[in-house]
Amino acid sequence: MTEKFLCGVHPPVRGFSPRNFSVVNASLCALRGLSLRPLPLKAFLSALCGCSHRSLPSKAFRLATAIFPITLALCSLPAPAQQKPVVLKGGKLLTISHGVIENGAILIENGKIAGVGPASSIKASKDARVIDISGMTVYPGLIDSETALGLTEISAEEMTNDLIETSDEIMPHMHVYDAFHAESELIPVTRLNGITNVIVAPENSDTLPGQDSFAQLAGPSAAEMLLIRDIAMPLNFTGTQRRNESWEKRKFPQTRMGMAAQLRQAFLDAQDYEQRLNDFEKKRADAVRDKKPEPSAPKRDLKLEALLPYLHGKRPVVLAAESPSDLETAVRLAQVFNLKFVLNHISHSRSVLDYVASLKVPVIVGPIYETPKDDERFDAVYSLPSELYKRGIKIAFASFDAHNSRNLPYQAGFATAFGLPNDQALKAITLNAAEIWGIADQYGSLDVGKAANLVVSNGDPLDVKTDVKRVFIAGEEIPMISRQTRLRDQYSTK
Amino acid sequence: MSRNTTKVSLFFLLLTVLVAVAVSAQQPSPEPRNGVVITNAYVMTVTHGNLKKGAVYIKDGKIAAVGDTFNAPASATVVDAGGKYLTPGIVDSHSHIALDDDVNEATSPVTPQMMMIDAFDYQDKAIYRALAGGVTTSLLLHGSANMIGGQAIVIKHKYGLNRDAMLFPGAPRSIKFASGENPKRVYGSRHELPSTRMGNFEVQREAFVQAQDYLRSWDDYNAKVKRGDKDASAPKHDLKLEALADVLRGKLLVQIHCYRADEFLTEISIAKEFGYKIRAFHHALEAYKVPEKLAAENIGIATFADWWGYKHEAWDAIPWNAVIAMRKGVRVAIKSDSDDFTRRLNQEAAKTMRYGGATEDEALKMITLNAAWIIGVDDRVGSIEVGKDADLVLWDGYPLSSAAVPNKVFIDGDVYFDRSLPRYGMPHYTEGQ
Repeated sequence: MTEKFLCGVHPPVRGFSPRNFSVVNASLCALRGLSLRPLPLKAFLSALCGCSHRSLPSKAFRLATAIFPITLALCSLPAPAQQKPVVLKGGKLLTISHGVIENGAILIENGKIAGVGPASSIKASKDARVIDISGMTVYPGLIDSETALGLTEISAEEMTNDLIETSDEIMPHMHVYDAFHAESELIPVTRLNGITNVIVAPENSDTLPGQDSFAQLAGPSAAEMLLIRDIAMPLNFTGTQRRNESWEKRKFPQTRMGMAAQLRQAFLDAQDYEQRLNDFEKKRADAVRDKKPEPSAPKRDLKLEALLPYLHGKRPVVLAAESPSDLETAVRLAQVFNLKFVLNHISHSRSVLDYVASLKVPVIVGPIYETPKDDERFDAVYSLPSELYKRGIKIAFASFDAHNSRNLPYQAGFATAFGLPNDQALKAITLNAAEIWGIADQYGSLDVGKAANLVVSNGDPLDVKTDVKRVFIAGEEIPMISRQTRLRDQYSTK
Repeated sequence: MSRNTTKVSLFFLLLTVLVAVAVSAQQPSPEPRNGVVITNAYVMTVTHGNLKKGAVYIKDGKIAAVGDTFNAPASATVVDAGGKYLTPGIVDSHSHIALDDDVNEATSPVTPQMMMIDAFDYQDKAIYRALAGGVTTSLLLHGSANMIGGQAIVIKHKYGLNRDAMLFPGAPRSIKFASGENPKRVYGSRHELPSTRMGNFEVQREAFVQAQDYLRSWDDYNAKVKRGDKDASAPKHDLKLEALADVLRGKLLVQIHCYRADEFLTEISIAKEFGYKIRAFHHALEAYKVPEKLAAENIGIATFADWWGYKHEAWDAIPWNAVIAMRKGVRVAIKSDSDDFTRRLNQEAAKTMRYGGATEDEALKMITLNAAWIIGVDDRVGSIEVGKDADLVLWDGYPLSSAAVPNKVFIDGDVYFDRSLPRYGMPHYTEGQ
C-alpha cells in the first residue's frame, strides 16, 4: 500500500508539470528502491501547453502546438492565450454594475473585455470569432471568497492534503501559494460551473494559520494562476482553535483567554520587531553619516515580518467568529492593533447585527448551511445574508470548501428564498467579492477593461438546474472537460 | 357534599384536564376530524402528473381525493394554497440524525443485534430542522464502521410528539451493512480484522456461516419438538445470530453502504451464496459503472447528487451517476446522510435535472417514491394518491430549484410545520415540553 501510495500519486500524463513529476517521483521512488522512469515525452510537451495569459504566445509554445496538436487534447488546460478577438453575441448580459442588457454582445480582446452593450453597438474586426449565444445568459466569472482549492485532493488521504500547518497556532509565515497545486483535479471540476476566481485559505483550525492567496482557476502553472499572493490573513476565533487534548496532556492555549493572549503577544512581538528594524536603520544611517562601522542588523524573523503588512493596515485580516462574544473579542483585538479587517462567518451572531453594521466592514457570510443552534429557528442562518443586506452591510458568499466550491451559486440562490434580492445574491459572488478583496478594477462585473472572465449558461446563474455552457478565463475559452466528464463519457459509451 | 370532597373532586378534575391537555399537546390527532381540503394548489403527484390548479382532500390522515374538482364535505376545513406547489413529503432513505452520536457500535465488525431505537433521541432538533425542509419520513441507520451494523428505525417527523408516536407504524425492519474503507479503517487502525477488503468480506461470510448453523440448530430443535421429542433441548438464544437468521429468513431489508463497482458485485455474490436479497446500495457512487448489474438484481441505490472526493472510494464519483443508473433501470433515491443536506434534499434532487436531464417527475421521485421503496413504505407514502398517508409539503417557490422553502408540512393530515408561525413554526411543539 505504501509503495502504491508514494509512487502512484502523479501518473505521468495527468498533470503537465515536469517539476512535480520528476521531483516527487524521484525522491519518493528512490526511497523505495525503485527505478525512476524517464520523463515521458507527453509530459514534457504538455508542460509547454498553454502560456501566460498576459503575454503573447511564446515561440516555443507556438512551435509545440504546431507540431504536436495532440498534446493539446491531452492537456486539461485552457486553450492558448487568446489570439484573435472574440464576440459573444445575442445573449442576456447580467453586467452586475449597470443592469441587464437583453440581446447584448461582449467583445473580448487580449484577455480583456473590450466592449459591452446591445448587440448592435458592438463592432468587431473582420477576423473576430463570433459566437452566437442567443437564448443564453452571460455573467462575470464567480468568485469564491474562501476555499481550500489547490490544497487538497482526497480529504481522507493525508498525503494529498496541505490544508494547515498544525505545529503551532501562530503561523502567519505559512503561505498557501507554497502548497497550491495547480494541477489539482478539483480545479477543472470547479471552473466548469462558472467559478473562475477564488480566495485560497488555510483551514481554520488555528487562530493564525497563514496567509491567503487570490487565484484564477486556469493557467499554465501555479505561477500564472496565483494572481495575488498573501492577499489577506485569516484570524480565526470561532471557539474551536484551542488545544483540546486531554486534561493530562493539556497544552497551551486551552481557552479563549489563552488564544487571545497568544494573539496579542504575537502582534506585540511584531511591533517590537519593527521597532528594532527601525532603530537599526537609524543607527546605520547615523553610522554612514559619521563614517563609522555599520551596526549589525537584527536577526530576520519570518514570522514577525509576515505580520507587519497587517499591522500597517495594508492588507485585510479576515476575522472569523460565530457567536457574539467571540465576535466582540476578536474585533476588540483587531481594533487595539489598528488592523484593517473584514468579518467571516458570524453565523450565530444574529442578536448583534446592529453592532456588526456599526463596524462598517464587509462580511463573508455563512456558509448558510451552518446548522442553527438548538434554540434558534430553522432559518436563523439561512436568513442571515438578507438581514445583513437590510442593514447596509456588504456581503460575499464563500464555499468554505474545495470539492463543493462549484456549488457556490446555489448558496446565494438559497439566500433569495429568505429575502435577499436576486441581484444582490449574484453581486455577493461577483462584484461585492471583488470589492472586498480590492480587485474590482479587474474583476466582478461586465465592464470594459476588466479581465474577460465570463460564464455563458442557459439560465439563472443561481439556480441549481442551470447548465453552464461556456467559461472564459482571461479571454480564453476553457475546454468543458474535467476528470468527471471523462469518467462520464468513458462509461456512458460502453 | 362536604367541602373536602369538593376539593378532592376538583383536584381530580383539574388533574384530568391537565393530563388531557398534556396528552393532546403530545399527540395531536389528525384534525379537524371532518377533513381538510387543500385547494388552488399546483399538485405534483409524482405518479400521475401535475394538476395546475388542483385540490387534495384529507380525511382521517389519509389522502381521500385528488383532482381538479371533487365533492368534499362542506364541513371540511379549506386551506387555500394560493397557487403554491404541493408535493408529497420528502423521504430521506439514509439518515443518522436523532441518534445522539450513538451511530456506530464500533467494537466489533459484526453487530446486527444493535437496535437504533435504543439510541433514538426523539427530541433532537435535527428532526425539526429536516421537517422544516420538507422531510416527513426518514430511515435512521447504524453507521458504517461495521461490516454488519445494526437494525434501523423508520420515523415520521412529528416533532413534539413522544418517542413511539414518531415511529412509522408497520414499516418493515431494515439492517445496515457496510463495506470498503470505513470498516477497514476502523479495525485496521487497531491492527484487528478486517484491515483490507479481503478481511471485510471474510468477516461477512463468516458471520453468515454462523447464522446458517444457528438457523439449522433451531430448525432441528423445532422439528424435534414437532415430532413430540420431549428430550429435545433448545439451542441458546443469541441475539446477534437471531438477527442474521432473520436476514436469511428474508425478514430484514438489507441496506448496504458500498461505493465501488467491484464491491457491488462481491456483495451480490455473497448474498446469492447465502440466499438473501439486497434491497439497496447506499452511497453507490460508482453505480454508473455497472448499472445493468444492479438493475438485473432489482437493487436500488440511495446516492448523493454530487458529493465527491472526501475519500478514495469517492474519487470516481460523478454527478451524472444518478441519471445514468436510472436510465439503465436502477431505482434511484437521493439521500442526505447528513443533518445538513436532509434540510434541502429538494435542491439535491434538482441537480439530477441538470446533470443528465432527469425530468421533473424523475427528480422528485428520487426523494419521494423511490426513497420510500428503499425503506419499504412505498405503498404508504411517496406520492399524492388516494389511500396514501397525507404527508404533504406546500412550498414557497418551485421545489426543484435553489430558492424553495416549505411553507407548510403535513404529516398524516396534520400540520407539523408552518413557516408563517412565530418562533419555531411548529403548532405541536412548545419549548420546554
